Amino acid sequence: MAGPTLRQRALRFLHDRPQLKAWALLAPGLGWLLVFFVVPLLLMFGYSFMPRNVYGGVDLGFTLENYSRFFDPLYLGIVLKTTLYAIACTALCLMFGYPVAYAIARAGRWRNFMIFLVMLPFWTSFLVRMYAMMFLMRDSGLINKTLMDLGVIETGFEMLSTPFAVLAGLIFGFLPFMVLPIYASLEKLDLSLLEAAEVLGAPPASRFFRVTLPLSMPGVVAGSLLVFIPALGSFLTSDVLGGAKEILVGNLVQNQFSSARDWPFGSAASFVMMALVLVAVSVYLRVRDAGDEMAKEAKS
Amino acid sequence: MAAGSTEPPVVEFRHVNKTFGDYKACNDISFHVAKGEFFSLLGPSGCGKTTTLRLIAGFEEPDAGGGEVLINGEVVNRKRPYERQLAMVFQNYALFPHLSIERNIAFGLEMKKTPKSEIPGRVEKAMQMVRMDPGMFARRKPAQLSGGQRQRVALARALVLEPSVLLLDEPLGALDLKLRKEMQLELKHLNKQLGTTFIFVTHDQEEALTMSDRIAVMSNARIAQLGTPAEIYECPRTPFVARFIGESNFFEGKATGRTADGHGFTVEGEGGRYDIPHHPVVAEGKRVQIAVRPEWLDVLRPEDVPADENALPGKVQEIIYLGETLHVLVKVGERTVAVAVRNEGQLTRPLGFKSGDAVAVAWKPEDCQVLEED
Repeated sequence: MAGPTLRQRALRFLHDRPQLKAWALLAPGLGWLLVFFVVPLLLMFGYSFMPRNVYGGVDLGFTLENYSRFFDPLYLGIVLKTTLYAIACTALCLMFGYPVAYAIARAGRWRNFMIFLVMLPFWTSFLVRMYAMMFLMRDSGLINKTLMDLGVIETGFEMLSTPFAVLAGLIFGFLPFMVLPIYASLEKLDLSLLEAAEVLGAPPASRFFRVTLPLSMPGVVAGSLLVFIPALGSFLTSDVLGGAKEILVGNLVQNQFSSARDWPFGSAASFVMMALVLVAVSVYLRVRDAGDEMAKEAKS
Repeated sequence: MAAGSTEPPVVEFRHVNKTFGDYKACNDISFHVAKGEFFSLLGPSGCGKTTTLRLIAGFEEPDAGGGEVLINGEVVNRKRPYERQLAMVFQNYALFPHLSIERNIAFGLEMKKTPKSEIPGRVEKAMQMVRMDPGMFARRKPAQLSGGQRQRVALARALVLEPSVLLLDEPLGALDLKLRKEMQLELKHLNKQLGTTFIFVTHDQEEALTMSDRIAVMSNARIAQLGTPAEIYECPRTPFVARFIGESNFFEGKATGRTADGHGFTVEGEGGRYDIPHHPVVAEGKRVQIAVRPEWLDVLRPEDVPADENALPGKVQEIIYLGETLHVLVKVGERTVAVAVRNEGQLTRPLGFKSGDAVAVAWKPEDCQVLEED
């Protein structure tokens, strides 16, 4: 018998070193992240402490001015408004998304088709979708025109450049990120648990709040994070639908890197936003865990 | 059981029908279950036993005009499960994975608005009832328990409600054999000790025989036979029941005349002539099918057959050593007949015949069961 082939030996080598195998599998993704995420992030972190160069880029030096500028009420207002938008968008997505996810999970053989419908907007670019929203909500857009033609209203609503338009755009853009994780956790729900609850005397509302909702919390948490984080950083929606009136942190960052050519302030704004996301997410998770604990305490 | 008592049966079915699309799951099912009874629904999968249980629980409603389901004398056709005051143990236990053991058991009590101060005591009592140490298990989550322990929790969660009826849907199916035997006896003891009516669904005939006061054997959406374990085993009504419960040898023939005493019939069948007891479905000239349990047959040398016994000549094909018994397979005509013989010690008192010997398969006429058509 001939000895093991090279391939067999290589497989044997990897098999005997599970750690090495794991790292080998992780390497491509890690390498990508290192080059295109970690390095630029460090660069930006550095920029945020340097004085600006009027032609874009930075001059050498060290300053905290880029961060201190945030204490200007103008910028604080933008940060606050952005946070409120993100919270409102998440809450409304949850309100609209949970029933949809629930219905899909109970839709039997229509499930896959309905999931397909939820994903359908992804077939077009986000930008196109936001412009579509704009055409709908313009003064002479489809909504106003239909209502006026029907004689419901005399003059068109002013919808564009209002918080309503921005919020509507955000919800339209991010709703699928709420629906899909909630659907995933509801779909896994063992229906015999609901039957068990029913036979133990639980009417429909109790079955929902005592069994369905707690068991779908992982989906609710995942969906909320998936909506909240991009909503906090969004700039396109507010740009297209909010016009000059509804400036969010995302627009601020974008402006600094493009028209204002103030890269250090743009970098600082990015880091402020990241800090905001981290704080918000950790508060959210803390509150949820505390809720769990409280529920446990209350019950025992 | 219920006869003579003025109390209504705990559960009663009156000509209940249930159809799913084209599929008939319950076809004109009628029975009643008395208070404190251990009642089993036994049958192969797809026979309608689970649908019957779900009709009692209220997860299914009978077809429109398809009969009545009564609980404690009240028609409950349109009542939802949470309005029925029952309890149920599910096949997969269906414990709430997000709740601790004590919170699982307390669930029903909380739903029934039991005073908060009463709940911990009752939970503890229920855990002790199923022999689980509250101090050790109360705070654990279902995922931290073994299958047998989950089974006990599911039972405690149902029993804590002190229901008038406990429904059990193949609750022992997932346990290993030893644990299953243990739980069978435990369930039976709980039934007697608490006086709670148990309605038990199973496909395991041995389990049903061990535990039940009465068994409804189901087949093709109907009740094939309803009776005590002894009635079901010793007098199966149809070939299906005889085949499904225990082992049987089947013989077919034609009733050719009356026996000497005038009560029974003489049958001319494959392998020979034999007598059968009186039975309403038998008439002279008609085809007859009978079943005889292996343990009621004897293998004898042809010259040793007693005069009052039926005997068919055959040839020993194989002897299978099972320990407690020996299975002797005898070729009678075209048919292989299984005979169970008590093992009295093959080293000290070996059987008087061996493979290939000419023998007679013998039984007393009253030990065969005349079968009706399915």
